[in-house]
Amino acid sequence: MSDIVLASGVEKMTDCSGDEATAALATAAEQEYEVFNGATFPGLYGMMANAHMHQYGTTRDMLSAVAVKNHHNGALNPVAQYPFEVSMEQVAGSVMVADPLRILDCSGITDGAAAVIVTSVDVAKKLGRPYVRILGSGVGTDTIALTQRSSFTSIPAAKLAAERALSMAGRKMEDIQFAEVHDCFTIAELMILETLGVYEPGEAGPATLAGETSLDGTFPVNSSGGLKSKGHAVGATGVAQAVEVYKQLTGRAEGDRQIPGHPRVGMCHNMGGSGASSVVHIMEVGS
Amino acid sequence: MTMFSSRAWREYPQRYRLEASKFKKSGKTYFPPRKVDPETGDTEREIVRLPDTGKLLTFTVIRIAPSQWGDLAPYAIGIAELTDGTRIMAQFTDCDVEEVKIGMDVRIEFRRVQEEGHHGVISYGYKFVPKWY
Repeated sequence: MSDIVLASGVEKMTDCSGDEATAALATAAEQEYEVFNGATFPGLYGMMANAHMHQYGTTRDMLSAVAVKNHHNGALNPVAQYPFEVSMEQVAGSVMVADPLRILDCSGITDGAAAVIVTSVDVAKKLGRPYVRILGSGVGTDTIALTQRSSFTSIPAAKLAAERALSMAGRKMEDIQFAEVHDCFTIAELMILETLGVYEPGEAGPATLAGETSLDGTFPVNSSGGLKSKGHAVGATGVAQAVEVYKQLTGRAEGDRQIPGHPRVGMCHNMGGSGASSVVHIMEVGS
Repeated sequence: MTMFSSRAWREYPQRYRLEASKFKKSGKTYFPPRKVDPETGDTEREIVRLPDTGKLLTFTVIRIAPSQWGDLAPYAIGIAELTDGTRIMAQFTDCDVEEVKIGMDVRIEFRRVQEEGHHGVISYGYKFVPKWY
């Protein structure tokens, strides 16, 4: 076993055409019965968004509020891919990709890399740099096909992953003070927050509109700008989320995006496919 | 996706005839067919044909499509629950995408789904049409 390990992720997507990138990404979806019939990733999330709107009355404004908030945070992040603000009107007026999702509801095609150093608390103390402790980690899986899921309006794999991580950490969801979540599409952020139990089903949208998930809100979400604004370099996304949780916990978030009040416990949630798998980590500032 | 003829051939029973597997113990039907019931581990099954009507659970209209589907865009695609409770995802055809609504009655028809260039395999399968069609 090694004492000090570098965990990294890297992605290069801009050298291929949009078509090639879409086809490559779609291999994470069910090929034989969904992609074969014309499903795309925005299409699968569009189906989830339509189901969510139908069941809970989620609105265009609620989806737009996720993009506006994440772009606001990303504009403060010096390494964000799209470091600019967008308005509710710009999101609502952007081109439709897959109903009801518009281009500003979608994360982009991104190049990027991220790395963290994983070691024991003893070694971390010796190194003398600020560190965070991984309190718990969990993985959850589900069917690859959206058609076979028990729910189109939540991410059951994320629930499993969070339960396992919380159980390992010996914590409750109420102990978590902020999170980085996999907002590949605006609807995904709302569904994940409801699945993790931060909000009741149907209530993440109104809470986002009310500013509860903003940097100065009661439960800041995606302070980095998220996949939406910071970028979704697929192979690097999970590690990049851990980097943001580290920065927030150690008070090192640049550009005025530091969450106020010195949060001590944070969570990151990453997923694959249209929710076929999820990984959750819970971290606490080292002392 | 490259559609090798052997792979296409293996899918004929379900894509051409909507064949599904119904398990003895649970009475549950799976589409596409499974050899083992994931809930009970049961392997005793019969091949049944899915009903061809159902209700739309959710859908989307794909307006920006990969080039393979480009000439069909905008097209609607959705998930329906059929009258026996099984679910299936399919593309809509022969209807105005603005007519597609959650809860609408749909019927499944046999159609050409895609082809790979001028010399590739032509893949047939099923598509949704409004039930009244």
